[in-house]
Amino acid sequence: MVRRASDGTFTIRIGEEEREVIGALAEQLRELLLSEQTEGLERLFPPGYANDPDRDQEYQQLTHDELLTKRLDSIDVVERTIEATSLTEDELNAWMGAVNDLRLVLGTRLDVTEDMDHIELDDERGYAYHLYQYLTYVLSEILEAVSTY
Amino acid sequence: MQATLAPAEIDQPVDDTKDVADRPWVVIVWNDPINLMDYVTHVFQKLFGYSREKATKLMLDVHEKGRAVVSNGTREKAELDVFRLHAYGLWATMQHDE
Repeated sequence: MVRRASDGTFTIRIGEEEREVIGALAEQLRELLLSEQTEGLERLFPPGYANDPDRDQEYQQLTHDELLTKRLDSIDVVERTIEATSLTEDELNAWMGAVNDLRLVLGTRLDVTEDMDHIELDDERGYAYHLYQYLTYVLSEILEAVSTY
Repeated sequence: MQATLAPAEIDQPVDDTKDVADRPWVVIVWNDPINLMDYVTHVFQKLFGYSREKATKLMLDVHEKGRAVVSNGTREKAELDVFRLHAYGLWATMQHDE
């Protein structure tokens, strides 16, 4: 699905439907990030100090906007290159970031565990689980491509 | 220099403040069920310039022991490292070395 080309760029081979799914998810993530909602976003803005609430509040105030901007920038790149068959390394890194952010949100909502059972599609969480598994596959493909020379 | 610092120390309510401040900060990455093992290894290599071997060993520590210290230093350095790990979606916190 993702391969490093000899010129240092990356070739992306995915179907039209999959591009639509990734593009739609990226757009939903942007809407979620720009909404007032915080549920499901805990893993995107985690605490920095484990045992110091005062310093942690300071850390969160200091970093929240920059973390938000980085995440929105990655989404912008994904949407701009959603039809591309070739990506630069920076663009692929943005894809990696957005795909992992989506996995963090879906995984938090699904309350995934390391040894959880497969969720069938007809379950009420089935579609979200299906998307989560698909994004895991996309991320694995990207990771394999960037670590192969 | 000691003489100029001395008056300020009178205001310090806790005697061991200086000792606490001198200890380095450690950055800890915690195990989580969402981030892929290969992804965590990739982030350690990319952010800290660790070799594949060192990054893999740290990742396995996180996975098997539940946590691993991935960097240490001043509070400012630790805070920057935590921020960079958070940008990659890893579950990282910082605390004083024990």
